[in-house]
Amino acid sequence: MQDMNLQVELLEKNSVQCFKVVGEIDAYTAPVLKERLAAVEKVEGLHAELDLSEVDYMDSTGLGVCVGFYKAVSNNGGHVKITGLNRRLSRLFEITGLNEIIDIELKESEDDNATL
Amino acid sequence: MPQEVTKQYKEIMSKYLESQSEEDLYVGQQFSRRFIEKDIAPEDVISIHKSALFELHPNLRKQVWDSLDFLIEMMIHYGLTMREHQSLVRKQEAIQMEMNVATKVQDTLLKTVEPDAEGLDVGWISQPAHQMNGDYIYFLNQENASSVAVADVIGKGIPAALCMSMIKFGMDGLQNENSSPDNVLGIINRIVEKSVDDSMFISMFYGKYNSITSTFSYASAGHEPALHFSSGTSAFTELDARGLLLGVKKEAIYDEHSVVLEEGDFVVMMTDGVTESRTENGFIEMSAIKSLLAEKKDESAQEIADYVYSELSRMQDYQLSDDFTIVIFKKKTV
Repeated sequence: MQDMNLQVELLEKNSVQCFKVVGEIDAYTAPVLKERLAAVEKVEGLHAELDLSEVDYMDSTGLGVCVGFYKAVSNNGGHVKITGLNRRLSRLFEITGLNEIIDIELKESEDDNATL
Repeated sequence: MPQEVTKQYKEIMSKYLESQSEEDLYVGQQFSRRFIEKDIAPEDVISIHKSALFELHPNLRKQVWDSLDFLIEMMIHYGLTMREHQSLVRKQEAIQMEMNVATKVQDTLLKTVEPDAEGLDVGWISQPAHQMNGDYIYFLNQENASSVAVADVIGKGIPAALCMSMIKFGMDGLQNENSSPDNVLGIINRIVEKSVDDSMFISMFYGKYNSITSTFSYASAGHEPALHFSSGTSAFTELDARGLLLGVKKEAIYDEHSVVLEEGDFVVMMTDGVTESRTENGFIEMSAIKSLLAEKKDESAQEIADYVYSELSRMQDYQLSDDFTIVIFKKKTV
């Protein structure tokens, strides 16, 4: 039922470290993401983007990893942007109040729906 | 003991060498279990084989004996790995024992007393998906007021349990202070922010029922909205309040709202183990949860909570994917 695989691809575009995440982020897969992010989070003044457009589902463990990353990067004078959120994920960020402190962008298609 | 095993091994092998039959081979297979039971390492099995063979056929070519010595060397690391594995199994058993103790400590340490406010009927259920519960309920009883904190610790296991004791002792210290929901969350946030590591956070809903004014006031730290069922309109309203997860930012501000409960009204506070329940066919919709609640609207708060739990756990084939917690505050009908 659950896909145990999570792929994290790192691309650099205009000096922004962009992590493209593909799969479901839950208690089983979150450690994979955490490990990948931990490798860069101590970099001074890091500009990072988490692209979650290929993530359909994320549970609270996954959310914990995102927040942990946000905190670590902010403490080192960097910036984190989370992009490509679907409706379910953006609700998660709204409920937790994280949308007020983290730079968030919805999936383009979801944006269109919201303005209809 | 090894001599006896060697003797038996020799007999079994000798029979097989004569007959080469399936039955004798099967006897050998069965016998290999004795080796395992007696903790005989792979390299020792080959030694036993070698001495048995020597007794049966002492005139084999030298290369055969040399090759068996070579094989013994080859097997030594298998033997070491096997012993390492056994020691890991024993360690795991020890950890399991400690986990059992920790679960008991969690149960006793975090015990909470259900409030007994006039006119209020309280029901609740909290079921861990695994051994330790990452959800936490704490009731606070004051004169003319009953409060509850429903929390979900992100990050599980023993660190989560430690985190909960922090919440509990923070809340115990509030007995005589200003226990308005926004203030409580502000205080707990400062405690958590100071003491918790970077990837551990808590979502918490705090509700307080005033039995004189029948008012339910609430605040939320990044938690699932509660549901208010109005018996007058038979409709649900989401009780949402702005506020950040506990432990993310020191100076977080929590909004407080309130609603007056009429007779037969109830408020349902849940964790995401309830609202994010998944079945093979996808997520269980909020509307499904609302209809379960509405079906039992005339029952006691505990019956409503138990019913929602049993139905949702049935839909998930009795395998919870996340800790499951519901608390219901219902205003009694006179």
